[in-house]
Amino acid sequence: MLFKTHGDKQLKIAIASGKGGTGKTFVATNLYSVLQQNQVSSILIDCDAEEPNDHFFFKSISKTDKEVQVNIPVISAESCIFCDKCYEYCHYNAIFYLPSLQQIHVMEDLCHSCGACSVACEHNAITEKKKTIGTVTTYLLSGNYKLIESRVNIGVYSPVPVITSAIKEAEQQGIIILDAPPGTSCPFIHTVNNADYVVLVAEPTPFGLSDLQKTIAVLHILEKPFGIVINKSDIGTLAMSDFIQKENYDLLLSIPFDRSVASFYSEGKIMAEREEKWKEIFENLIDKIIETACK
Amino acid sequence: MQIAIISGKGGTGKSSITAAFASIEKNVVLADCDVDASNLYLLFTPTHEKEQAYIGAETAIIDNNLCISCMKCLENCRFDAISYINQKIIISDVACDGCGLCARICPTQAIMTQQHDKSRLYSGSFRYGKMVYGVLAPGEENSGKLVNEVRSKANIIATENDLAITLIDGPPGIGCPVISAIANVDGVVLVTEPTLSGFHDLKRIKEIADNFRLPAWVIINKFTINEKISSEIEAWCKKEKVNFAGKIPFDLVMVEAMTQLKTIIEYQPNGTITKKLKEIYNYIKLNINKQTN
Repeated sequence: MLFKTHGDKQLKIAIASGKGGTGKTFVATNLYSVLQQNQVSSILIDCDAEEPNDHFFFKSISKTDKEVQVNIPVISAESCIFCDKCYEYCHYNAIFYLPSLQQIHVMEDLCHSCGACSVACEHNAITEKKKTIGTVTTYLLSGNYKLIESRVNIGVYSPVPVITSAIKEAEQQGIIILDAPPGTSCPFIHTVNNADYVVLVAEPTPFGLSDLQKTIAVLHILEKPFGIVINKSDIGTLAMSDFIQKENYDLLLSIPFDRSVASFYSEGKIMAEREEKWKEIFENLIDKIIETACK
Repeated sequence: MQIAIISGKGGTGKSSITAAFASIEKNVVLADCDVDASNLYLLFTPTHEKEQAYIGAETAIIDNNLCISCMKCLENCRFDAISYINQKIIISDVACDGCGLCARICPTQAIMTQQHDKSRLYSGSFRYGKMVYGVLAPGEENSGKLVNEVRSKANIIATENDLAITLIDGPPGIGCPVISAIANVDGVVLVTEPTLSGFHDLKRIKEIADNFRLPAWVIINKFTINEKISSEIEAWCKKEKVNFAGKIPFDLVMVEAMTQLKTIIEYQPNGTITKKLKEIYNYIKLNINKQTN
């Protein structure tokens, strides 16, 4: 077993998919379970900050919350001379500016906390305050294992600072599993960019194939090595396996559809804890990931 | 009338249900606002009557020949996008937020910002009316702006062609793109599935609909996967006074339809799921009409 010997070096593996609902969390939670069952030093990080769900799958002993804050500027209308420099510097149209009425303030929902207005202001009219945009929760599981969850507050412009804070929480050796957010834009990019290797979970439908191709295009730009797990491999079409074969990508695992697995999973339970067969499937998967990631 | 279909959690069947609604209504504007992973064009193969470039975010680029390594940019960047490696300033494309501060403060004008113009907005005709969809270029930021563009284009097309109903296929999650997809619609359809995750995500997405005071209807898709959780969701709807529009059984026929690039309505015109979806759609439409009148 490769993964047992790999436990003392750090390896970050992101489990991702362009399309939602392909089984990303299913793969991430089962992988983490076999790592625990084999006493491999590891952490699971739920990077799907908009809809974090990994916590349903593990019993925790305790949890600690850490607020994630960003700096938001505050403009003092008294010190402001209405020179419009901050308004000009702000790239996000986040400063409400009406000089004729001596009105100026920050629209917090649009602010990206870049600090440009503070640099722009020459009259000490801008200070900064903290704004909480989400929480990083560390769940302590039995055997000193940890699940770190990122959770962004509703209405925040970007979950990225919360995701990167969660990833920074895991400063230990061993295998780190990152359950990535869906999509192909910033939240996904900031997660996989932190990983050494990416596992893409895809379903073999026309929608699934199209999203897989979009995701791969991003991974090529980021120059990230990746392998593919086809979930529900016996539904849909053969176009996906043909595509993987033609492009010579690494197919790590094919998981056939099983309705009883879907029902079991729906209750927040882990197949690798229930059946030896599934435990072996995911042990083999992690071996294959390590073999491919380190080649 | 504008109806947005969203789900919080991905893979609940949102796009398949949106496609089914379009084939029930037969004459609509269909706006695919899942710009990260737009898929409905695969099913409906619309004509490309119009293609527009969408100018998204910007990123900073540096000319190292002009750089004097003063570190001013590095010290001021709040996104950890700038590093000094082998006596050279490097700007990370990925981390750069495009705020442009580094370019402004560079004493030698070595930094410039570059606009991204690879994303596209397409519009055209399809078998049930007109369609608009956005395609975000790989790696582009999804701030909700492209979603806004898709929606304003859809509004123009609806007026020009006198189409009364716009169906909006929203992105997953609860972030800005979702908010842009549902702002000012007449009704929101929340598609969930009977899993703990689906239920949890439904509660988060319901909160967003409430924040915008939008009337919402819940559909439980694949309810036979877990009938216990399904009844819990129904009970929650009742308790929270959320409109419950109906539930659809799990059936692989939904996947078969998609692999044939057909909507379930087209694939099984007399099937049980078709019947159920028609009931649900008409129920929602009737109730939105009641509220707007």
